[in-house]
This record gives sequence, structure tokens and C-alpha cells, in this order.
Amino acid sequence: MSLDKDTVSRIARLARLKVADEELAPLAGELSGIFAWIEQLNEVDTSNVEPLSSVSDVTLPMRADTVTDGGIAAKILANAPGGAVYIDPADKNAGGFFTVPKVVE
Amino acid sequence: MAALTDLTIAELTAVLAQKKASALEVADAHLKKLDEHRALNAFITETPDKAREMARASDSRRARGEAGLLEGVPLAIKDLFCTEGVQTTAASHILKGFVPPYESTVTANLWKAGAVMVGKTNLDEFAMGSSNMTSHFGGVENPWKRKGDNRKLVPGGSSGGSAAAVAAYMVPGSTGTDTGGSIRQPASFCGIVGLKPTYGRCSRWGVVAFASSLDQPGPLTRTVEDSALLLQGMAGHDPKDSTSAPLAVPDFVAAARSPDIEGLRIGIPKEYRVDGTSPEITALWEEGIEMMKAAGAVPVEISLPHTKYALPAYYIVAPAECSSNLARYDGVRFGLRVPGKDLIEMYQNTRGAGFGKEVRRRILIGTYVLSAGYYDAYYRKAQQIRALIARDFKQAFEKCDVLLTPTAPTAAFAAGEKMDDPVTMYLNDMFTIPASMAGLPGISVPAGLDKDGLPLGLQIIGRAFDEETMLRAAAALEKAAAFNHRPAGY
Repeated sequence: MSLDKDTVSRIARLARLKVADEELAPLAGELSGIFAWIEQLNEVDTSNVEPLSSVSDVTLPMRADTVTDGGIAAKILANAPGGAVYIDPADKNAGGFFTVPKVVE
Repeated sequence: MAALTDLTIAELTAVLAQKKASALEVADAHLKKLDEHRALNAFITETPDKAREMARASDSRRARGEAGLLEGVPLAIKDLFCTEGVQTTAASHILKGFVPPYESTVTANLWKAGAVMVGKTNLDEFAMGSSNMTSHFGGVENPWKRKGDNRKLVPGGSSGGSAAAVAAYMVPGSTGTDTGGSIRQPASFCGIVGLKPTYGRCSRWGVVAFASSLDQPGPLTRTVEDSALLLQGMAGHDPKDSTSAPLAVPDFVAAARSPDIEGLRIGIPKEYRVDGTSPEITALWEEGIEMMKAAGAVPVEISLPHTKYALPAYYIVAPAECSSNLARYDGVRFGLRVPGKDLIEMYQNTRGAGFGKEVRRRILIGTYVLSAGYYDAYYRKAQQIRALIARDFKQAFEKCDVLLTPTAPTAAFAAGEKMDDPVTMYLNDMFTIPASMAGLPGISVPAGLDKDGLPLGLQIIGRAFDEETMLRAAAALEKAAAFNHRPAGY
């Protein structure tokens, strides 16, 4: 399996990763090398094998659908990279917002 | 009395209990080592003030008669565990400025047991690497050097800083995480003990996620007994991690203190005899088998037919999970933000600038194998192979109680070697990844030196949730190998 520049560009867009144009060709080469090595998996007959997604035998536990946490808006917003806006600056736990660039014209 | 920094965790707890030293004195002695060996770059963040504050609190608890299992023991924490109020980076630029408002369960358990944090250790970015060279904060230097050769060697990875700190006697123990070998391989490269518990034994809550179906926290120490002590403090069911096993924590320390392996069946997987393994490692493995036999164990040849497919299958499963997990780094809620003309461009700029080369490579592989039209050919296929690998181990454990294998195919290599081709680097984890894929516990024990004077480890793999038998066998191997070397100058 060989990946070309356009494919790398497409998956970079899907992954929301900015990749400079001059990096596309070397990346395509590296990824093609990795996928060529991965191809050996096709030697194994896996018909009728159930895929294993988790090694833990336990059934995922259920819990009551109730609030278990809260009132910590200040903690949640503390790391906001664009700065946060609080509903009530005197009581940051009253709630607030992350800020992002304008998305609607 | 020996220097406080030369003591093991078991010895330190005894010294502290007998009031021969205070936790503050113990912390200060170790902080001084952090100063002396800063050039190794083992730490991303040192926390001397916090260490002294925790040590004073530990001394007060002891004075009140409330000493915990690890009371006053200084530890280094891999900078992948969230620590409340202390910057956590995952060795990535994308978490720039992130200060967790909460504590991971594993570290909270350790502090509850009385341990003291001296700092956060360096690692491969997001734990993706086997050399510690992918860290945004620079590589870590292995305290060991080849005889007559002054070149810097890598400590292995991804828990490279945690391994180097223990090997350089900066701390008696540290935490690591292991996704495909990230505790065991650096332990082997640095001549120390590294234990990856069964998947589900230690909570993943508050540990920065790489590949959630594989990630597992565990200890790095200088002795098997110390690994058992740390694991005892780290493990336990946590309702906040849905994959955390709802099981009581067994007495790991008792197991490590009883190296009786009379009649224990030691499986020797024939598929682990592969080309590319250093002849010295193959010879050491043979010696290990003889040592276990001399201690009363019975070697049994077993077969794990799908071994060679574990590595390529891992390089589908782990990147797929990584690409999903790392989708959260979007510049909106925490970490780095690089502006763009609109929201999409802000995401792309932030992620393009924030992730290093290896992380980007794995996100791209993961995105590709999960994308429409390729899911069945790659991701589903890899999960099927994973099922076969787990089945291989299950069948092998009908004939034996633990497995004995090399930990890594080579000793530590120089910074810059093996860097050209990603696949060559990936091959470092060929002996550790199969157990990771099956969720089994594994431990690396230092067993000898190669002709260059570098440490080599052997790995013992146990049944799921049977760390006790694995620890017994590891203690027996440790006793027989009697590895008592230390890196020159440390």
C-alpha cells in the first residue's frame, strides 16, 4: 500500500493538522514504508475471528444517571487558552464560557 | 549508615520508621541529587518546595502515629500523570501552560500512602517513542555509558526520565506508563526494575491518554520488592475508570518477599528467538533459564504462533486510539492556541504547531486506518490479530505459570542511532508489545551487562491479574542474577 501526497493531504485535513506542502512528500514516503511493513498482517487468515477491542473481561459498569459532580466552573475554565468569560466575575463558579474566534458572519 | 539516596524504598521506610532520618532529610538528600544530575534532563518540572511541604506533612503524620505504606518516600512522577496545581505537559508543546485542576487517581493513592513528590519526569511526547528523543523538552541522557566511549546513550522510552532518575539515584522509585513497553524497555536500558501491571490493575483516570485499550500505569524501582511496594500503593479499583478492575489488591509485597519457585513452570516462547536480537541477549536469556532451573523451576518450551504480527497490529491499534484521543487538543479549552482566520484554521494551526513529528505521524496513521473504506482492511483486521495473540497466551498458560523472555532486542543505543527509519525504532518493542496487546502483566529485571558494560534486562510475563506469581519469579531471578552494578559516577 503506497500513499501519495494527495492522500496525506486529505488525511491531514481530516485530522485537522496543518502540514506544510514541502512535508507532504517525505511524509507520504514514511507512511508508505510503515504501511508496507503492516501489509504482512494479510498473511494471517482471520476469517471467523471475532475482533478484540478490549482485553478487560468485565462488562462495563452502569451507574445511576444522577449528577455526581459540579459547581466547579472556575476550575474547568481556569486553563482556557483564549481566556474565559464569566457570567458573574464575582462568583466564577456560577458559570462562564470558553472563547473562540467568530464563527458566524 | 549508607547515604540516604543509596537506600531502596524498603530500606528507607525502615530508616524513617526507626526515626534515624526525617522525611524532610530524606527529601533534601534526594533534591540535592536532582541538582547534581540536572544535565541528564530527566525532569521537566522539579517541585522542591512541594517536596519539602509534603515531607513536613509526612513527618507530622508519623509523629501522630499515622504512617502509611510509603510514608516519607520521595518519588518522581512521569509527566503524563495530572498533578493538581503542578504543570503537566505530556512532553508536548500542545499542553503549554496546562495546570491540572485535579489529581490523577494513581498519584492521589501514592500521596494517601505518604509518598512525597520531587518532580515530574521527562518522556517521549504523549508517551509515543522508545528513546525519549521525541520530547518537546529535549532528550534524556542515560546515566550508563559504553566502556571507553563517551557518547550519550538514550534511556529508552517512553518513561525515559523516570528510568534515568531511578538509575542515577535521584529517587528510589518513580511512576511510568506502559502502552507497548514504555516501562519495561527503559528499565532494561537503565539497569533497573520496571513493572507493567495487568490492564485494569491501576486506574487510568487523570493519566493523559495515548491508546486507552493498552495504557497502564506502573512503577520503576531498583529492586523487585520496591516495585511490589509501589504497585501496592498505586493499584486499586477506581469507579472513575470504567476499565479499572473491581478486584481487591493482593499482597504484592509478600509475593515479592517469597522467591520460592520450586516446581514453577517457566514458559520459553520459541518465537522469541528471532533474527536481529543481539547474541549477547540470547545468551543472557539462556543463562536466565538456567538460573530459574537451578532455583527449582521447570522450563517448558511453548509456542506463541502470532508473535511476529503483534508489532504491526499494534501500529494500527495504538495510532487509531491515539488519533481519537488526541482529537481533544483543539486550542479551545486548555493548552496551546495558534490563531487562524476561522475556527477550522485555528484547529489546524494549533495542532500543526503543537504536535511533534512522531505524534503527527501516528495521528495520520490512525486517521487513515479509521477512515471510510479502510476500517475493515486495517483496524478490524488488527483487532482480529489481537484476538489471536490473546488466544496464543491463553493456550500457553495452560502449560506454564509465567513466561521468561528478553525485554528488548538490544542494549541502550546512542542518541541519533536508529532515528532514520520509524520501523527500525518500532522494533525495539518487539518483545514487550505482545503482552501489552493481551493486557498481561510483565516485569523487566536487570540480569547482566553486555561486553560494553551496558545493562540488559529479562522479562517475566504473568497471567492476567496474577502479578503475585510474576513477582515471585522476578524475585527469584533477581536473587540468582545478583545484579549489583551501578552506572559510573552515580
